[in-house]
Amino acid sequence: MSPPLVVLERLRKTYGSGSAAVEALRGVDLTVEEGEFVAVMGPSGSGKSTAMNILGCLDTPSGGDYIFRGVRVSSLSRDERALLRRRYLGFVFQGFNLLARTSALENVELPLLYRGETRAAREMRARAALDAVGLSGRETHTPSELSGGQQQRVAIARAVVTAPAVLLADEPTGNLDTKTSHEIMELLTSLNRDRGITVVMVTHDANVAAWARRTVRFVDGLVESDVRKEAACS
Amino acid sequence: MLLNALLVAVRAIRRNLLRSFLTILGIVIGVSAVIVMVTLGNGATKAVGDQISSLGSNLILVRPGQRMEPGRDSAGAKSFELSDADALRGQLTSLRAVAPVASRVARAVYGSETWSTNVAGTTNDYFTAGGWSLAAGRTFSDAEALSGRAVCVLGETVRKKLFGGTIPIGSEIRLKGFGCEVIGLLAAKGQGAMGMDQDDTVVMPIRTVQRRITGSTAVGSFVVSVREASAVARAKDDITALLRERRHIDEGEDDDFMVLDTKQIANTLSGTISLMTGLLGAVAAVSLLVGGIGIMNIMLVSVTERTREIGTRLAIGALEREVLLQFLIEAVVLSSFGGVVGIVLATAASWALAGLLGLPFSVDVTITAVAFLFSAAIGVLFGLVPARRAARLDPIEALRRE
Ligand SMILES: Nc1ncnc2c1ncn2[C@@H]1O[C@H](COP(=O)(O)OP(=O)(O)OP(=O)(O)O)[C@@H](O)[C@H]1O
Ligand SMILES: [Mg+2]
Repeated sequence: MSPPLVVLERLRKTYGSGSAAVEALRGVDLTVEEGEFVAVMGPSGSGKSTAMNILGCLDTPSGGDYIFRGVRVSSLSRDERALLRRRYLGFVFQGFNLLARTSALENVELPLLYRGETRAAREMRARAALDAVGLSGRETHTPSELSGGQQQRVAIARAVVTAPAVLLADEPTGNLDTKTSHEIMELLTSLNRDRGITVVMVTHDANVAAWARRTVRFVDGLVESDVRKEAACS
Repeated sequence: MLLNALLVAVRAIRRNLLRSFLTILGIVIGVSAVIVMVTLGNGATKAVGDQISSLGSNLILVRPGQRMEPGRDSAGAKSFELSDADALRGQLTSLRAVAPVASRVARAVYGSETWSTNVAGTTNDYFTAGGWSLAAGRTFSDAEALSGRAVCVLGETVRKKLFGGTIPIGSEIRLKGFGCEVIGLLAAKGQGAMGMDQDDTVVMPIRTVQRRITGSTAVGSFVVSVREASAVARAKDDITALLRERRHIDEGEDDDFMVLDTKQIANTLSGTISLMTGLLGAVAAVSLLVGGIGIMNIMLVSVTERTREIGTRLAIGALEREVLLQFLIEAVVLSSFGGVVGIVLATAASWALAGLLGLPFSVDVTITAVAFLFSAAIGVLFGLVPARRAARLDPIEALRRE
């Protein structure tokens, strides 16, 4: 049997030091299997984003272990972690983080560029990814020419264009209205169902969390509850 | 990897056209200011040298006072007398011509035309020593020279200004209120160094100038021509000895006059111009610095945006060295593009200006290289250092920067 996709063991993260130190994560244990669709909820400041950033290898933990497909991430070098992000991880930010004044197509092509894909392959896959998020025809638009929902779709297209093992999304619908949120959730669900991409998503919105088959609640830097939907499992 | 980094860098340049343009502009300004100034300064120095050596190697200039340097002139030194010229000519047989010169700027008037020009009072030896030939008319007769008659020989520029197309021999021009008959015309010599017009002159017998214009018997300088170029050094010693004797300078005392051959004149004048070139160079260095600060500014202002960009790239899976390579390529492309544009512009501008000012044009490779490298170094340094700092961060740190 293959190891779980992601294992967090007593994961700790402390910001600052001395009396000003903030313990954002105080020993989180969590296992995510391949193909899951997980929603992460919890009050503000409970450490959701901190945990997501560590899962995305964007940040380093202060203690405990993060094991990705059997590989201890803390034993990897900076470059090896970059390669891990490049090959297996897709990250969607609440604030999109698209390159300004850069067309949607070029934004989506970017990860492929770093993977050394040929020009033709880059363009084909980027177009397909934009098409999959319902943005064909908007390839040449720059972020400032797109709505918030459209920008988030570009960001999702950028995250999944490399066919990652897992898509990490930190409040992907946080800046979007209900209708647009609904569309984004349909998109994430289909990516999970049809392409087998594991999705871990932070949200404050119970309606959004309802799309997931498993909900993990963070409180005060710890996992408070971990609920699987029976119906989805059967 | 290099090809991809190049593509990424070119896209980044295209994406920030304004910033790229301003960076290039800073480098263009710095590089071209330095090159133009130095090229013109060098041209001026060379022009003066060329012109003076073109006078021939057997010319000697004698002036009262010591040292011909910026900030010091002959004011206050005892001037020469006409009898000194007679003595030099009479006693030193190695001299072919000794022309005493007393000159002033005066306004020449003919009909309704006026023209301010340099009036040189001298003898016929002046034409010999200065290598002037006549286009028309004649030089001074002995009687005219001796009695100081109001006759004159016009330079080509003065003739053109006062008479237009006609040949004015026999006409009378007015100078400082007295009438003066034109007896000859000098053949044009053309423009000299730095736009100095040698043909802008009126030559008269020295006694006339002394009596009617300067109002004193002082002689400003001697222009001496030596028969043999090889005898110049010897002639200088002879002139010095004779003048010391005539001016009653005791042994051990310094000369109160100068005897300069063409090489020395060229050197002192070039010295003055070198000083000016230095000054221009300083101005240029300031432009270079201003250009550099401009580049610095643009680079630093965009650090926040670029830090976020770097964070995004890292988050997507770019390696630190890939990001650095991109920024390095970007900076090098912008800097060298700016440098090349600056060099081309500056070369064209100095060429045009040199033509306009009548200066020889030559490219100073060292200065060009220094200006280019300095600007490029600033461009690369300030493009790369903030990028390096950002690329070392955890991606989330870079993304959090506001
Ligand atoms: N860069 C940082 N420096 C210092 N403290 C931080 C930093 N980032 C987060 N924190 C602190 O760590 C704790 C957890 O923050 P985190 O962003 O993970 O919360 P969150 O669950 O994502 O909250 P929200 O729902 O508001 O996004 C908070 O107390 C926060 O103040
Ligand atoms: Mg958060």
